[in-house]
Amino acid sequence: MIPGVSLLEILTVSTLMFFIGVYGFVTRKNLITVLMSLELILNGAAINFAAFNKYLYPGQPDGQFFTLFLIAVAAAEVALAIAIVINLYRRILSVDVDNVNTLKH
Amino acid sequence: MKWDDILLMRHELQLLAVILIVTCTEIYLTGKDKARVVPFAIALFTLHMVAGWIKPEEGMWFGGMFRTTPLIHMRKNILDLGVLIVLLQTAGWVKKQLVDENRVSEFYLLLWSSLLGMYYMISSGDLLMLFLGLELSTLPIAALAAYEVIRLRSAESGIKLILSAGLASAITLMGISFLYGSTGTYAIPELIKILSGTSLENLGFLFFFAGLAFKISLVPFHFWTPDVYEGAPTGVAAYLSVVSKGSAVFILMILLLGLTPGGMTEIWTWTLYVLAILTMTIGNLFALRQRNLKRFLAFSSVAQAGFILLGFFSTGPDGMASIIYFVLVYIFSNLAAFGVVHAISVETGKEDIGDYDGLYRANPLLSLVMLLAVFSLAGIPPLAGFFGKFFLFMSVASAGMYVLLFIAVVNTVVSLYYYLLVVRAMFLRKSEAPLAYFKSDAWMRASLVICVIGILALGVWSGVYEYIYQLCV
Repeated sequence: MIPGVSLLEILTVSTLMFFIGVYGFVTRKNLITVLMSLELILNGAAINFAAFNKYLYPGQPDGQFFTLFLIAVAAAEVALAIAIVINLYRRILSVDVDNVNTLKH
Repeated sequence: MKWDDILLMRHELQLLAVILIVTCTEIYLTGKDKARVVPFAIALFTLHMVAGWIKPEEGMWFGGMFRTTPLIHMRKNILDLGVLIVLLQTAGWVKKQLVDENRVSEFYLLLWSSLLGMYYMISSGDLLMLFLGLELSTLPIAALAAYEVIRLRSAESGIKLILSAGLASAITLMGISFLYGSTGTYAIPELIKILSGTSLENLGFLFFFAGLAFKISLVPFHFWTPDVYEGAPTGVAAYLSVVSKGSAVFILMILLLGLTPGGMTEIWTWTLYVLAILTMTIGNLFALRQRNLKRFLAFSSVAQAGFILLGFFSTGPDGMASIIYFVLVYIFSNLAAFGVVHAISVETGKEDIGDYDGLYRANPLLSLVMLLAVFSLAGIPPLAGFFGKFFLFMSVASAGMYVLLFIAVVNTVVSLYYYLLVVRAMFLRKSEAPLAYFKSDAWMRASLVICVIGILALGVWSGVYEYIYQLCV
């Protein structure tokens, strides 16, 4: 519980992060920035869990458990994504989304 | 906590042991000897599958996070069967391509880790376990899709899969956080008691549902499917379309029939109604214009996912049993089709429908298997696919939704057209340069024989459906 900050303000921040992330995911052209947008959404969810836990259900640490697992899984996911991006970069010497279009109908 | 409870997790621990044994074995093999891992891995997995048929006990472990019942255990056995067929089909490709690159056991390690994730997902008693299982089942598949590192198309399909899977799981998490915020728990039995259908819960569940719909590739979330299937190695595409989709259907079954806020109210019924119609129709319409057979099978699998949704409208045991039965039938039919595509693509590198012209003259057995597979996918009696669709249609009819039933039947007829295009190419068209005759390896033939037996036996013998039905009651 942070004195002077209400749950509503924290939720506003996390919702903003969610929408900025989705917007970035759709519009960005660089694969690394797409990954950064993804990370924004994941962290928005992590903030949600921690905030709900602290403000509404302070008795049990359920939400914080979920946040911890979420951070670990997000790290694994990004590590794998970056490995695949590096492999792609070796093939076409670019990380631009527009160049990744050999598979088309 | 009693130590006897460890037996509840027997099936998972068995698979973990298989993974560790195969990884350790590879250390002692060098060079060309690594090819010996392939039969060893398949033998171990068969052993694991057979041991899985022993009747499990019922119970929970880790304070309800992990639970198992005979029904849950049977779903795992069905997935095992799909994985075994995929292993048999990929054996030749692994020996031909991966032994030289020294990446044999990693392939099995990734495939089985993903299966392990699916086990935990199906057995999960709370949403944290469900999320961890979901991630463990998705991440290795993304690595597998990008497995042929020297091919650009493989790398591209990997990046498309990991990015869309990442977005889907992030949205799922946002949904779970809303459900947690409004109820204060994420244990499934407690959630079922508390959820009442407030707007926050509905929003959370919608987000949660979107993440799973991505895995089954329902229509607004299906854009990754054709690209990933086309670029990924054929065996991995088969795994994605059958095993991964099957596990997501199973988990959706647990959630939709139990966890929907306020029960299956009108909002949710209509959401599913619209999704089912969109998925069947758009999947079929796009399949009509595909030339590449892997893309064609991708869109046909999108359409089949729409048919699976039909089973969710009946809340009784017949809906549940018809879904499980359809997944079982779908494993045999779709894997037979993918097996033929795989055999031809490994041998000749050709994947277009035009290359199949006159296949019957060059290779009659393969084209007969393909014929049975597409007839079963289209649902022609007396093959298994007919009864799979028949039970789904029956459960929609028993829910009284005749308009939906009519649209589904029309879609079946549309799908018959493009499935017959493949048959026409193989049997009726003549080609200037038909594919040469070749004999595929013993593993591949064994897998196709299993698929054909499954397609024929499930169509004739009703005992399987009755067994599933009796478990669902």
